[in-house]
Amino acid sequence: MTLPLLLQHLANALALGSLYALIAIGYTMVYGILRLINFAHGDVFMLGAYVAFYCVALFLLPWWASFVIAIVVTALMGVLLERVAYRPLRDSPKISVMISAIGASFLIENVAVVLFGGRPKGVAVPDILNVKLTLGAVSVMSVSLVIPICTFALLAVLLWVVGKTRTGMAMRAVSTDLDAARLQAIDVNRIISFTFGSGSLLASFGGILWSYKYPQLNPLMGVMPGLKCFIAAVIGGIGNIQGAVLGGFLLGAIELLTIAFLPTLTGYRDAFAFVLLIVVLLVKPSGLLGSRQVEKV
Amino acid sequence: MLKVEQLSVHYGGIHALQGIGLEVPDGAIVSLIGANGAGKSTALRSIVGLVKPSGGSISWNGERLTGLATKDIVSRGVCLVPEGRHVFPNLTVDENLTLGAYSRRDRAGIAADREKVFGFFPRLEERAKQKAGTLSGGEQQMLAVGRALMTRPKILMMDEPSLGLAPLVVKMIFGIVRAINQEGVTVLLIEQNARAALEIADHAYVLETGRITLQGSGKELLAHDGVRRAYLGEADPVA
Ligand SMILES: Nc1ncnc2c1ncn2[C@@H]1O[C@H](COP(=O)(O)OP(=O)(O)O)[C@@H](O)[C@H]1O
Ligand SMILES: [Mg+2]
Repeated sequence: MTLPLLLQHLANALALGSLYALIAIGYTMVYGILRLINFAHGDVFMLGAYVAFYCVALFLLPWWASFVIAIVVTALMGVLLERVAYRPLRDSPKISVMISAIGASFLIENVAVVLFGGRPKGVAVPDILNVKLTLGAVSVMSVSLVIPICTFALLAVLLWVVGKTRTGMAMRAVSTDLDAARLQAIDVNRIISFTFGSGSLLASFGGILWSYKYPQLNPLMGVMPGLKCFIAAVIGGIGNIQGAVLGGFLLGAIELLTIAFLPTLTGYRDAFAFVLLIVVLLVKPSGLLGSRQVEKV
Repeated sequence: MLKVEQLSVHYGGIHALQGIGLEVPDGAIVSLIGANGAGKSTALRSIVGLVKPSGGSISWNGERLTGLATKDIVSRGVCLVPEGRHVFPNLTVDENLTLGAYSRRDRAGIAADREKVFGFFPRLEERAKQKAGTLSGGEQQMLAVGRALMTRPKILMMDEPSLGLAPLVVKMIFGIVRAINQEGVTVLLIEQNARAALEIADHAYVLETGRITLQGSGKELLAHDGVRRAYLGEADPVA
């Protein structure tokens, strides 16, 4: 393999890993706060991409306005999801909540099929993200560079919110000791809504960028990325934000580089995540950056 | 005044509190003593809304607390230092104190209260940037009390603050309870360390398997034969 080709593959791996990271963060945040695997998270990712698509297709809005509207709308949908599917079961056994999560996921997917149609939709990629950048023999699309930049910027904001703001402090408190958090007059429900909202916002951000890099939508497009990103979160150490990002990048890199070096394995690309999961769980069951003492947000 | 009437709590089939009543007048220190499993913690957790009672009522200055969310009860100045301290181990001492003031907006008041807490517990100021999980048991108890003071409580309820602590630390904590009380904060104290709790109390109740069996002034109960036999029998660690 030539160096330029390798660099090209690396750029794509970085972009895919960034998208995985954006979704994985939502899993890890919700798990950190509620010890719940939000099975519908991948579907939230899908909704984000569709909302942006329809803002452009139906309302003829410019792509950037659609982007902003879509992430806000999807964040609110994430908040709504928690309200209707999880909050009523707050004091129920874990298994009930899990079943509700799976049910919510199927519901969103099937409603999406009915509303959006099962046939894939082509996305118009904004011109500025569709520029071919060439440096010597290496050429990448601008979207592949924009994606990691957005991801790192969002990660920086998120870490600042969690680490430095009052709300972030309350999130960390709620995630370690719910009753003690209540005793500080923290509105636990608001913190949980905020967590779902920000996780969904990041997922929709990822979903829209995804639709610019792989410009085709279908109602089940969130299923496989959702599953992989849950795995990424577990690999990184669930509950740990940096871990989820690390897991996302690892997964993206392994997936694309394996295909690049061993094209015969292309048919198995979705299986790599599971192999990596098994290896990591065997070596370090709490995940790469996870430990019992680690901050669970 | 905090008033508890006919309070009843069930945990599944266990009838943990069987219609207890107690009153905590403003400015008083009231102690609730009883053996392990008598229902002391359950009583305090019901008052702050962490446990839903199956019957009875709890009122604070005439307002009914039963049914309110914990955050709303705490914002009214009814505050609990829970059994086992429950500081946030992966937050710093400073952050723990900041969270105590979560519902407050008066910056100046918060800063003043932080100074006051550091005045009570200089150790916390030295360790302000340290994670609470790295503190010793005694320091964690200081932090739990300090964090509670940051809510600016009108009534401070403490669930076994002396549990597992060295006698010297216990003495210090009780000294601070007294000081806090002298500033006008009402105190409801739960203890297995009955002697210390009765010595400090204006009024005290004895709780036995979910029922109040005895009440009186701290002095009366200290002199009461039954109490002496059941709760003060062993040499007490507080010097
Ligand atoms: N969460 C709970 N679930 C079931 N039973 C409980 C729970 N908490 C306390 N109990 C039971 O209620 C009774 C009173 O407990 P508690 O209030 O903790 O007593 P104390 O604080 O006086 O030691 C005990 O029998 C205890 O086993
Ligand atoms: Mg107890």
